[in-house]
Amino acid sequence: MSYTIQFINLLAAILLLIVFAMLSQRRILSLINLFAWQGLVLTISTFVVAYSTAQHHLYYSAALTLLLKVLVLPWLLHRLIRKLNVRWDVETLINIPTTMLVGIALVIFAFNLAAPISQLAEGITRGLIGIALASVLLSLLMMLTRRKAISQVVGFLAMENGLFFAATSATHGMPLVVELGIALDVLVATFIFGIFFFQIRETFDSLDITHMEKLKDD
Amino acid sequence: MIDLQLTALLLSPLLGGLLLAAFGSRRWAAELNSLMSFLTFAAAVALTVRVVEAGPQVAFKEQFFIDQFNVFLVALTAFIAFTTSLFSRPYMRIEQEHGKLSTPMLHLYYSMYQFFTLAMLVALTTNNMGIIWVAMEAATLTTVLLVSLYRTPASLEAAWKYFILCGVGIALALFGTILLYFAAERVLGQGGTALLWTHLNQVKGELEPTVLKLAFIFLLVGYGTKIGLVPLHSWLPDAHAEGPTPVSAVLSGLLLNVALCAVMRCKVLVDGSLGTDSTGGTDFTVGADFTGGTHFAGNLMMGFGLLSVVVAALFLSRQKDIKRMFAYSSIEHMGLITFAFGMGGKVATFAALLHMTMHSLTKSAIFFAVGHAVQKAGTQQMENIRGMMQISPTVGWGLMLGTFAILGMPPFGVFASEFLIITTAMHDYPWTTPILLVALGIAFASIFGKVQPIVFGETNARRLPHQPALLPVFAHLLLVLILGLYMPPYLADWYRQAAALLG
Repeated sequence: MSYTIQFINLLAAILLLIVFAMLSQRRILSLINLFAWQGLVLTISTFVVAYSTAQHHLYYSAALTLLLKVLVLPWLLHRLIRKLNVRWDVETLINIPTTMLVGIALVIFAFNLAAPISQLAEGITRGLIGIALASVLLSLLMMLTRRKAISQVVGFLAMENGLFFAATSATHGMPLVVELGIALDVLVATFIFGIFFFQIRETFDSLDITHMEKLKDD
Repeated sequence: MIDLQLTALLLSPLLGGLLLAAFGSRRWAAELNSLMSFLTFAAAVALTVRVVEAGPQVAFKEQFFIDQFNVFLVALTAFIAFTTSLFSRPYMRIEQEHGKLSTPMLHLYYSMYQFFTLAMLVALTTNNMGIIWVAMEAATLTTVLLVSLYRTPASLEAAWKYFILCGVGIALALFGTILLYFAAERVLGQGGTALLWTHLNQVKGELEPTVLKLAFIFLLVGYGTKIGLVPLHSWLPDAHAEGPTPVSAVLSGLLLNVALCAVMRCKVLVDGSLGTDSTGGTDFTVGADFTGGTHFAGNLMMGFGLLSVVVAALFLSRQKDIKRMFAYSSIEHMGLITFAFGMGGKVATFAALLHMTMHSLTKSAIFFAVGHAVQKAGTQQMENIRGMMQISPTVGWGLMLGTFAILGMPPFGVFASEFLIITTAMHDYPWTTPILLVALGIAFASIFGKVQPIVFGETNARRLPHQPALLPVFAHLLLVLILGLYMPPYLADWYRQAAALLG
């Protein structure tokens, strides 16, 4: 039993590392690959939680994660960047050292916020809520610092991954009907994002959202 | 049993959405849209009658729960969705004739309109806190493409902002829901019932207060983004100004309410959890820096509400775009409602529910009138819209009366609800009264000062060639007027029951 706890803790640490890697990754293609890796880690951790707690519906969750977050969504994103011809785009505007420092501060903040809850948790969940919250906040930071529409979307999806990790690790999975609903929403959202990319590029000739900061109160 | 009514209520927008997805580009699509909205409204009325007679009920293996509080919002939502569909039929046709919209875009609009109604109704009627989240996200997804319907650079920017900000907000709400489930699971055990509101409500005293506090912060911030509470409001004016007018009307009149309903459901649980805590005397670690154990949720809501009222009032005077201005007015009113819910107690909650109704009816009526004015003037810039009274007295009067109503002039119902809110505030939290009064005064001066020349100013423009179809505007305003003059006892009773449920 203690091995599974350690294994899940290891996976949580890897998850956090991947979010940091995403935060500092300038190339869009690598960003999407990192997202797929994150999905894979999530699948494994869900599977391990399912195995160690004998929650059968978590096996479905793990399968769903594998299908949606490792296969379908990265495939969709790859297809999109190929069609939009932004496969080799590199973002220039981010200041990585500062972002990293803010990221570390966010992790500390998340752990402090989650501390009273971690004390209540038994078994495998201890400490994991902090990591989940940290990865949600880091993905949020990523959405704020990025100027390309696609990286913002990857940040959005990574945030959902962090939430899913919180759901599986802290609570042993939400009811299946809710999880299915969430998965459907995420899938539809990705499709709509895809439609948006084309509309944005048609109108602004670029996927830089710096062109889209005109609506202001003056 | 309410199974039949509930099925009809949810099935008609679903069917409508599917039918319009298939036939949305036919010439009769607009009529079909109105018909399906009417069926939804009829089902909502039947459901309301049933619930008012028989009291709160669950349906479909407890997955749905209807009480006086949400059935009132269901009726309101279905009614305004129906009148908006009536308004949008001629409005969207004129937009098409002006070449601003193509048939495929209208196709998308009609279909998404029905799915949006469905998402809101599911969010209102579901008993499952997780499904509320799913439905709220679905409501964003269905409207985001409607906001960018015109495909102008500004509308794309507005839609992107709406999508990203509400996406982030709603993600935080999901974290709150997970925390809620985490707390509930320890009491109710694994499995499906731990997210059902009726079950949670029964055991709310046993839920861990520390976790619920944190959960409520996330839920309030998350759904608060949807309500348009300051400082999470920045998507709202853009989305309202750049989207087509019927969409602005339903966003402002309905979606904000639905999000607030979700917050209220959570507040009831948190209050219950913390109430036991203060008597039971267990120590709470997070609680140390928050004032007042029991009023935690209420205080947070009051703070956000008051901030929204003040900031929105200050921004109102700076607006140049007419739809943007009324969007800020929505932020102001939602702030006022949130503040009233936050104060709690029977009178304040009653007033908040009343104000919700009045604001929805009035604000959608205003957007209808504004839509026609903008269509005629060809611009949303207020300095270029002049003399509506000469161009079309119907539009002019609709706009003027609507403005009077939303500003809380006496014969209209908004006055009654605002009066109740302010007198309660005076009694319970005297220090807030001057702030509220000054904010409402600034809002009055700004809006009235800008609408007056629009309605009565001089213009060279010709009269409107066709009679604008503004029946919904006057129907809404008449309702607001009647409710302001005379509140039927059974309706007052219904509001009172709903207020009692929320405490």
